Amino acid sequence: MWPDPFSRRAFRTLTGAVLIVWLVLPLVPLAIWSFAHGWRFPDLLPQQWTLKAWRYALSDTSGVLGSLGLTIGISAGATLLSILIGVPAGRALGLYQFRGKQVVELIILAPVIVPGIAVALGIHSVFIAFGLTNTVAGVMLVHLVPTLPYMVLVMAGLFANYDPAFEAQARSLGAGPLQTFWHVTLPAILPGIIVGGLFAFLVSWSQYILTLLIGGGRVVTLPLLLFNFAASGRNDIAGAIGMIYILPGILILLFTSRHLSGQNAAVGGFGPR
Amino acid sequence: MTQVAIKDLSKTYPGGAKPALDRLSLDIASGTLTALLGPSGCGKTTALKLIAGLLAPSSGDVRFDGRSVLHDRPEQRGVVMVFQNHLLFPYMSVAENVGFGLKMRRLARAEIGARVAEMLALVHLPDFGHRRPSDLSGGQQQRVALARALIVRPQVLLLDEPLSNLDAHLRVEMRDLIRALQRQLRITTIFVTHDQQEAVVLADRVALILDGALRQYDRAEMFYQRPADAAVARFFGGQNFVPGTSDGDRFHSALGALHVPDGARQGPGRLTFRPESVRIGLAPENTLTVQLRDRTYLGTQTRLHLALGDVMIEAMLSPDQVEGLEIGTELAINLPRQALWVLE
Repeated sequence: MWPDPFSRRAFRTLTGAVLIVWLVLPLVPLAIWSFAHGWRFPDLLPQQWTLKAWRYALSDTSGVLGSLGLTIGISAGATLLSILIGVPAGRALGLYQFRGKQVVELIILAPVIVPGIAVALGIHSVFIAFGLTNTVAGVMLVHLVPTLPYMVLVMAGLFANYDPAFEAQARSLGAGPLQTFWHVTLPAILPGIIVGGLFAFLVSWSQYILTLLIGGGRVVTLPLLLFNFAASGRNDIAGAIGMIYILPGILILLFTSRHLSGQNAAVGGFGPR
Repeated sequence: MTQVAIKDLSKTYPGGAKPALDRLSLDIASGTLTALLGPSGCGKTTALKLIAGLLAPSSGDVRFDGRSVLHDRPEQRGVVMVFQNHLLFPYMSVAENVGFGLKMRRLARAEIGARVAEMLALVHLPDFGHRRPSDLSGGQQQRVALARALIVRPQVLLLDEPLSNLDAHLRVEMRDLIRALQRQLRITTIFVTHDQQEAVVLADRVALILDGALRQYDRAEMFYQRPADAAVARFFGGQNFVPGTSDGDRFHSALGALHVPDGARQGPGRLTFRPESVRIGLAPENTLTVQLRDRTYLGTQTRLHLALGDVMIEAMLSPDQVEGLEIGTELAINLPRQALWVLE
């Protein structure tokens, strides 16, 4: 489409610039707010600058750091559970043909299609029965609803291109089942686990409604805290929390860009039907 | 040095109407090289996987030196199977691949290194240890796979189509290497192939499997001279089958009464002989006068179609023997008695 190398490079530079504007520009007011001492219309920039919002956000009284730790814990836990469930599920869907496979695929993908609140209301009544509402464990579990589809999808795509004969070869050469998994299977599927795991982490990280509903306001993750400050008009503190909140996403984006493109791309959709 | 006995080994895959392997029985002498020969899909690879323990048989038994190994897990059987597409672990170097089996047995790193170097020298790849499998040619990958199997000193070595992924000249080289290593190490070896040429050249004994069942288990030359049935003869390129009746001494058919060797079956049957065993000229017995119908020059040989009445005979002769023979000519041929055989 762009035979001339000059215009190809120009196109690339242009799309890069658009992307940066698209992604970074909305964050600029957030950053400014977090350092502003009052910022009123129609001022282009705040009259005075201050570190007050940051000092408050990082202090013990605000509860931001505690909430950050809790959010990391919940997201890490949800990610770990996603991996433990998603790897075997992805193997089954990517490698094997079985009756009802398409139905299973649909059920796994359903949470991405059905609005989260509809799912959550049903889960809420079940979780009450199990005493999981208003608990960290309950929130962690309910986060699996949106994280699992990503994990399973990534792993199914990976297993679709995976040859289980390598495992038979390892067994034949004298490796036990655990040795085979550790030395043969794991190195082959690790890129998928990393990419799927990071996706799962980010998806869990950005949950709001599910956390609010199942946590019942007792489990205050960072997005809930952020919403509280934004709703009460403390744009400066909300800005500071917002900056903290987007940090993992940016780190993960930088880390995964390597795994998401080129030959080692781990995202390939479901396997052969 | 292990004697392998396979007893009535059968495998039916779930949902499969017909068994993939139907009551295979073989006794394989210690230290020999045996070929499982058959067209693709005949159950040969299934047989290897059953021996390796990578599949569980539906029925039957596998014994090493008289002891059943059915309940031994694949890593405990002392059997190594080398797969058709060599399956080198892509994220390991050549040396790590070759040393894999020893690492799994938790040998000291120094000993693994020494044995890997020794093994790579044995397969003529002494300086390839640090390379990646993807940097190697197909023939080199196959040799690494062989080294990776031999390094664990298996009791039984199983090779699945070891030559099929190679170019013609590499195939000869690899064939000679397998033969030389097998003689040197005296490992009981079973290999699977669909190529009768490969089986004949490489193996001490050949087991021909057609449609999941063993048809003949013999020294290679017997498949040419004394085939068990017409299907076996056809698989080895047999073309001549003349119906008639045998009285144990002579075979009476449209070709007249021909002397057959001792031990030939009696009663109604089909006379068979190799196209290569047809001789030109008169002989004291089994001489026929035939008409040349067609000839095809094949390079090292010429194929003749000869007619006697309604019966067509195919013959393979060296081109200089049939030089100048015009189509339509009548000529005398003879069929040596030992070259004839009577089939059901």
